[in-house]
Amino acid sequence: MARYLSRKLMIYIFTFFVAVTIDWLIPRLMPGNPVDIMVSRMALRADVAEVMRSYYLRAFQLDLPLWQQYLNFWAALLRGDLGISIWLFPQPVLSVIARAVPYDLFLLVPAILLSWILGNQIGAMAARVRWLDNTILPLGYILTATPYMWLALLLAWALGHVVKIFPIAGAYSFNIRPHLSWLFIKDLLWHWFLPFLSLFLVMFGGWAIGMRNMIIYELEAEYSRYLGSLGASQRLIRRYAFRNAILPQITGLALQLGAIVAGAVATEIAFAYPGTGYLILQAVQNQDYFLLQGCFLFIITGVLLANFVIDIIYTLVDPRTRLGMVGE
Amino acid sequence: MGSRSELLYFAWRNVKLRIGLGILLVFTLAALIGPYFAHHDPNAYVGPPGYPPSAEYWLGTTTFGQDVYSQFVHGLRSTFVVGLLGGGIGTILGVCIGLLAGYRGGWVDEILNMFTNIILILPTLAVLIIIAAYLTVRGIVVESIFIGCTSWPWAARAIRAQTFSLRVREFVDLARMSGRGTLKIMLTEIAPNMMSYLFMVFILQFGGAILNAATLDFIGLGPTQGVSLGLMLNNAVLWAALQLGMWWWLIPPGAAITAIVGALYVMNVGLDEIFNPKLREL
Amino acid sequence: MALRVENLRIYYRTLHGYVHAVEGATFSVRDGEIMGLAGESGCGKTTLGHSLVYMKPPMIYMEGKVFLDGQELPIWDMRRMNEFRWRLVSIIPQYAMNALNPTRRIGHLIADLLAERGLSYKHVLPELKRRLDLVQLSPEVLDRYPFELSGGMRQRMVMVISTLLNPSLLIADEITSALDVSTQKAVCEMIIEFRNRGFVRSTIFITHDMSILYQIADTVLVMYAGQLVEKAPVEEIFRSPRHPYTRMLIAALPRVGARQRTERLRGIPGSPPRLLDPPPGCRFRDRCPVAFERCTETPPFVEVEPGHFVACWREI
Repeated sequence: MARYLSRKLMIYIFTFFVAVTIDWLIPRLMPGNPVDIMVSRMALRADVAEVMRSYYLRAFQLDLPLWQQYLNFWAALLRGDLGISIWLFPQPVLSVIARAVPYDLFLLVPAILLSWILGNQIGAMAARVRWLDNTILPLGYILTATPYMWLALLLAWALGHVVKIFPIAGAYSFNIRPHLSWLFIKDLLWHWFLPFLSLFLVMFGGWAIGMRNMIIYELEAEYSRYLGSLGASQRLIRRYAFRNAILPQITGLALQLGAIVAGAVATEIAFAYPGTGYLILQAVQNQDYFLLQGCFLFIITGVLLANFVIDIIYTLVDPRTRLGMVGE
Repeated sequence: MGSRSELLYFAWRNVKLRIGLGILLVFTLAALIGPYFAHHDPNAYVGPPGYPPSAEYWLGTTTFGQDVYSQFVHGLRSTFVVGLLGGGIGTILGVCIGLLAGYRGGWVDEILNMFTNIILILPTLAVLIIIAAYLTVRGIVVESIFIGCTSWPWAARAIRAQTFSLRVREFVDLARMSGRGTLKIMLTEIAPNMMSYLFMVFILQFGGAILNAATLDFIGLGPTQGVSLGLMLNNAVLWAALQLGMWWWLIPPGAAITAIVGALYVMNVGLDEIFNPKLREL
Repeated sequence: MALRVENLRIYYRTLHGYVHAVEGATFSVRDGEIMGLAGESGCGKTTLGHSLVYMKPPMIYMEGKVFLDGQELPIWDMRRMNEFRWRLVSIIPQYAMNALNPTRRIGHLIADLLAERGLSYKHVLPELKRRLDLVQLSPEVLDRYPFELSGGMRQRMVMVISTLLNPSLLIADEITSALDVSTQKAVCEMIIEFRNRGFVRSTIFITHDMSILYQIADTVLVMYAGQLVEKAPVEEIFRSPRHPYTRMLIAALPRVGARQRTERLRGIPGSPPRLLDPPPGCRFRDRCPVAFERCTETPPFVEVEPGHFVACWREI
């Protein structure tokens, strides 16, 4: 178990290393002087442009040899210095992102967990209830094929514009200042619901289909057949099949994290929900490269951490990895 | 019954494949022929702003008076281009890396596998965002190449596993004993035996590339010139189509993506049933 | 008569039609008898064995009756059969090495199975440990996961589990085919030991390997292409086989007692007919050196000597 986890951890650390290197390399790979390009693309007042320019020059340190630029980049990163946002000049990128993180978690954690749990339950049920199978399967395929942002827009249009039940933008109403009160929490949840729902639905389709197929595969496995031969009840056979089918679904969750994050980014943009996705949109529109790079690092770190957490859970659930019988 | 005609027989009988192919065909035709029926340049400001569907503007106009129908059929074209190109590159990379790792084994496999795992964990979209943001001029082709270059890992893993099981088979041994080179064996002995599998990988890569491109375009990192379905959605959101209730601008692009990708998935399930006799419904 | 099977017909449903896997099987197995069930692969012997325990689609029941210890087994009824499985009729499957749920400790698995029948694991534990000892497994395997055991250990574990409730009939399906010679011998001895100690009353031992039957079986039933061909006491079937197919089968063995490993019999020219909607009559007739016109009718399975049954028009 320790060997398995330390091996995984090594891969994650290495991946982080690769990600940071990409983050450093991309602007330097592009043709021309990145500082000039960035400053010229910003529609800034002349005085601000000059401040930005000198700041960028210091940040990029293009006069230093490459290896030194690289080391300094790491040093700044480890100090938590991700640069300064242009969109929200002169706030540091780190604090801009830190403000967005709670919204990301608030949206993603419930959507991922609930869709995963319910998707698995319903998928397992579909494997044995015919009418459910006939509804869930086509529905699931449609949902997984739906681009996240489009479902978000569709829901916003239907439930926010045609039938005016839910608000279609923001995390809370403009006229309320964030504070701890029942009124604010209600407003928060009210704004949260549609983005949550659209994320939930797309993911749910995928999990339900995955579970249904896995369960059918497990029910055909030889151990299921043997249980049947010994007169075990369908309940017991299904219970075992479910337990075994859940394992690849856990791995699947880890593999899907990248796509889920992409979906969350798109959903937040569609609803103008102030998480990292919304920051990315603003960064793109305002040519705010530091913010964009900060978001990139933040997403990578988050995905790697989540991967590691899932790995730990997996080793606890699967005796084969727990007892170190399987290499990977 | 020969195995080829039997396959065709099952292919024809398979409802999922027929539905998937049918939908795909409709959209392919729309992408190929549709633009010839468009009277307006997709990006030109031609009509009254925010006008609902009518005889003149079949799918209405945007906030700026652009013809939504024209954008839609041209956008379909770029969607297919991205799917074919991005999916194709992803498949080829995945196949090459998977075949090599699976066939050679040993340290080649170790290194390639490590590489595959790293790219697999990296969130594709985040990487695409950071690359796209620094490109001053972006076209559909460049976008497809980048998408293809980041989407191959799962395909490589799947192909690697298949290759592992194939390389110990007799006919491969025979080829090796008769002194044929690695490349030749991979291309002439192993790859043909995975043809059905490769085809299914391509279909999934095709769908994945379309979804990735749509998300990227939606964020505003799509092609700087031209039209795409994702870009349409991006503009619709930026210019308050939602608040103004301009459903004709919001709904068609996403519906088309959903239908195309969904059709691909359903086709894939159908093909799986055809190629794996075990799954054929009795 | 521990087991009596009457006119059992089991088909498989496929897209192209019905595969006639077991056609009108009528035979019986005495108390304490170990009956070898032999034939080439695909002759329906495994189908016959499985149909007595666990009929899963696409296997379908067409007709016939099965009596065990005087009561009729509802083999066509998946649910009602549960009551009889394991307790009265049990199976050691061919896939015994993969038959245990990989993510459940073996002891837990047994406890789960027992609990479904209202039996307490604690109660059974002492006997379970005695039997584990008999097959040379230490009691601590009960705290193990299946993947922690070797293939041979897993198979012995399955042998113990399958026979734990002392079934009247045990079906052992090709349990020696994947093993080396010395392990084969040990497994055969365990099957005999199980019978001698009364863990199981009667056994149907399915194999394609005739020479193993010589060591273990009391009687041998030979099948060909879904039909019963011949049944006789083991000595008799090796000494004086009556059916042309059995004769060729015995003759194909290098010598009695030696092992025949090849699945397909090289000694007999031709190959078995396809079982997809086959024509009536003896299915061996196309390969049979002594076939004549009458063979287009299905020969009955008749007793030509006490305990010796043959389905061949030449022998009636």
